[in-house]
Amino acid sequence: MNPLIVQDLTRFFPELAISVAFLLVIIVDIAFPKEMGKRILFTTTFLGLIASFVLTIPLFGIGAQSMFFGMIALDRMAVFFKGFLILTSLLVLLAAPGSKELSSRHLGEFYALLLGVTLGMLLLVSATDLLMLFLSLEMVSLSSYIMVGYLRNDRQSNEASLKYLLFGAVSTGSMLYGITLLYGITGTTKMAAIRDFISVEGFPAGNSLILLVSTVLILAGFGFKTAAVPFHFWCPDAYEGAPTPVTAFLSVAPKAAGFGALIRFFQTSMTQSSGSPSQWVAISSINWPMLILILSVLTMTFGNIAALRQENMKRLLAYSSIAHAGYILMGAAVSNSQGMQSMLVYLITYLFMNLGAFLIVIEVFNRTGSFSLKDYRGFFRRAPFIAITMTIFMLSLMGIPPFAGFFGKLYVFAAAVKGNLAWFAVIGALNSVISVYYYARVIKTMIIDGNQDAGMIKVSRTGQAMIWLMLLPTAGLALFWGPIHEITASSIQLFLGN
Amino acid sequence: MIELNHYLIVSAALFSLGMICVLIRKNAVHVLMGIELILNAANLNLVAFSRFSAANLNGQLFAIFVIVIAAAETAVALAIVLSMYRLLKSVNLDRADTLKG
Repeated sequence: MNPLIVQDLTRFFPELAISVAFLLVIIVDIAFPKEMGKRILFTTTFLGLIASFVLTIPLFGIGAQSMFFGMIALDRMAVFFKGFLILTSLLVLLAAPGSKELSSRHLGEFYALLLGVTLGMLLLVSATDLLMLFLSLEMVSLSSYIMVGYLRNDRQSNEASLKYLLFGAVSTGSMLYGITLLYGITGTTKMAAIRDFISVEGFPAGNSLILLVSTVLILAGFGFKTAAVPFHFWCPDAYEGAPTPVTAFLSVAPKAAGFGALIRFFQTSMTQSSGSPSQWVAISSINWPMLILILSVLTMTFGNIAALRQENMKRLLAYSSIAHAGYILMGAAVSNSQGMQSMLVYLITYLFMNLGAFLIVIEVFNRTGSFSLKDYRGFFRRAPFIAITMTIFMLSLMGIPPFAGFFGKLYVFAAAVKGNLAWFAVIGALNSVISVYYYARVIKTMIIDGNQDAGMIKVSRTGQAMIWLMLLPTAGLALFWGPIHEITASSIQLFLGN
Repeated sequence: MIELNHYLIVSAALFSLGMICVLIRKNAVHVLMGIELILNAANLNLVAFSRFSAANLNGQLFAIFVIVIAAAETAVALAIVLSMYRLLKSVNLDRADTLKG
């Protein structure tokens, strides 16, 4: 065996751990009887993810390098995203068996699919070759189509997965077409080599239109994965129809992976990277920061306005997640280290507050069997714990200090102002004001609106524990601000060589 | 003599036809055929670029992977369409209208 591959394999342990767990889950699922298998399946998945997370941590210290002949890169940005994504999968895994939608079904395939998506995402955030990028994107997409349609006999779940699949296939198909055009004009699929080719003096030479077309087509693929307008049509439907734990998962993990791949692609192949990260400049033949900026403004504005008239909690949170993707894209458009750091900070805060909100939706559905907002009336008396914690998550999603969401917005807007995009920061701030309306409506429904004929709602022990797990970081992140600032700041390291 | 441009024109036409098929067809299986056309347009592009302009085999290698992905995607898609047919007794996309707003 090639010694280079052996060396690379030792740095590939997180992915290997997940692959092993994936195979074990499939074997256990077949080998053990149902009742006994349930526990073992959960434990195997859990241990696999934990092992992968533990094995990821030491990689943070290793210098930036290329692996497997330039297919993927190992740098701090990749390691940060890997840790983030594994953590998200872990939290969703803990929440999944507590949901009534899933607990009545056989969960073997669910765990296998969860591990499959996680493996795909780990590869997606570190791909430095367009072939690898496309393959891992499809790996994430194909597994998540099945996860959305997991409730086979449920009409909504089936419809959601069909819509997700059709939009996904078209977007990734367009992205593939864009990739082929890029391959055509540069003659390579390596991101760094593409940059070397298109950043030379006098490159466009009649090719600028093809470059623009291919960039827009590739952006369609990223836009689909991150649910950015105008590639978002699948998002509310897929989120509403999918089992709620899957919705919670989709609203955080594949989205974050999409952002990771997006910054890697644009910063590696379309940025001149002489000097330190703060001096990176977009290549002159295409103004991609402007494209992302337009996408960002469209996304946050549309997401917030469409969320105003939603009556279904899952749909409301779906549009809210579209709006949040808009804020994160603004960080990507500020193409310097500060912009990237703001994205990472935003993702951390978004993980806890968004998962927390979805956990409460799961708990409420378990008790009342409804997702509609009007069934949340009178919660202040019926379920004070849910009412108060949901209020905190909503305040955090609005961006009210001292909760976590405020810091994410602060970083993004500060980066935009410093990057000479002050007007766009103003648009972002106006958007946060719009968003206050629909988040506050949830709070008002729970606390002020009364509901005479309803009894108390009890939250299960595990549900309570999970909600606390999300609540503490959301409410207390401000206390640990130093370490988070440092970790995100030192994660701004991309492998840019060949 | 057939040159690069001829391949590119055919592939662009395939891509457009696929896109049109996806947008106007109501039958889920027809839409899937449109998606296949889009992927095959990309394949044609890859192979043509690999042969004429790139001077390496990366494109042809890429095309093989795309064929595999297309097969996997079709398998998943047909499974979902099949379960739609079992629930609705129809594969007309207009019938999938419970999620709106």
